[in-house]
Amino acid sequence: MASYAHPELLVETAWVEKHGNDPRVRVVEVDVDTAAYDEGHVEGALGWNWTTQLCDTVQRDIIPKAAFERLMGQSGISPETTVVLYGDNNNWFAAWALWQMKIYGHKDVRLMNGGRKKWLAEGRALTKEAPKVPPTTYRAFDPDLSIRAFLPDVQKALGGGLGLVDVRSPDEFSGKILAPPGLPETCQRGGHIPGAKSIPWGQACNEDGTFKSADDLKKLYEGKGITPDKPVIAYCRIGERSSHSWFVLKYLLGYKDVKNYDGSWTEWGNLVRAPVERGA
Amino acid sequence: MRPEDYRKREEAVGEWRLGIITYRLGEEYVCEVDNVSPGARLARAKGRTREAAETQALGKARHLLSKTRVRPVG
Repeated sequence: MASYAHPELLVETAWVEKHGNDPRVRVVEVDVDTAAYDEGHVEGALGWNWTTQLCDTVQRDIIPKAAFERLMGQSGISPETTVVLYGDNNNWFAAWALWQMKIYGHKDVRLMNGGRKKWLAEGRALTKEAPKVPPTTYRAFDPDLSIRAFLPDVQKALGGGLGLVDVRSPDEFSGKILAPPGLPETCQRGGHIPGAKSIPWGQACNEDGTFKSADDLKKLYEGKGITPDKPVIAYCRIGERSSHSWFVLKYLLGYKDVKNYDGSWTEWGNLVRAPVERGA
Repeated sequence: MRPEDYRKREEAVGEWRLGIITYRLGEEYVCEVDNVSPGARLARAKGRTREAAETQALGKARHLLSKTRVRPVG
């Protein structure tokens, strides 16, 4: 049985319970539902709001470097800190935060396997108390854009030679719906980028929210032609679900060249004259 | 405090499936509803009983689902 390429990027809930208050470790909850943290969170965990703290709030972009440094500093994180991220929706936005921390060069950042869902299902303790952390002065690296795809990278991919993974639901991929059921539509057209393979993010997870085994993940992606010998770009609607799949490909399967296209369908599905394929 | 009496089930609303998780946290029940595919959180509500929390969360989720437009494909 194969093991993950980088198992050190995953920690289990039991590990977090034991290390939540370790001064060398900072646990952070990042949820889609930004009010969930206040209802109860892992003891010692901070909460980051993805809508205000993990993006540029003026132009559409990831968090700018100076704001990232401020966030790390306010969170008591130094470049040596082990940061453990977890959240709802099987870690969608926790993976989004991890991707951005890797862009800015943070060395030791991990995901809690199974996220908030598994923590709750296991009946582990929650608190409403936010920890008081001593601030730091954090200096980030210049952004590593080798793990981020922009529109021209994806346009180039239309020529082939690259694996394009659409991690949205089959109904979004086909164009039947423009957004996940119940969520607001953010694009003008439905469908997918021509040549993309449909591998919904959830197929990488077990029922309890943990990641599937390396063997199962390898079968899943390679079975759809997404192999480690080619560069891969993952996309979804706004880039958070694809951060989750990016994490799987990059760190669990060890693919060398994987990018997250955070412009995703919200960008592509609004472009004038962009080629679109519909149907399964 | 610990989440207790954790339960999980699915329910169909029209052509959509909803995932419903309910647990007790202290004096209150919390209900979280997602749309199964792709698994996005739609609603969360609290109540004095499991039924009250579920009724409120499912009401919100149904309202959101009613706005989903389906397009012909193919």
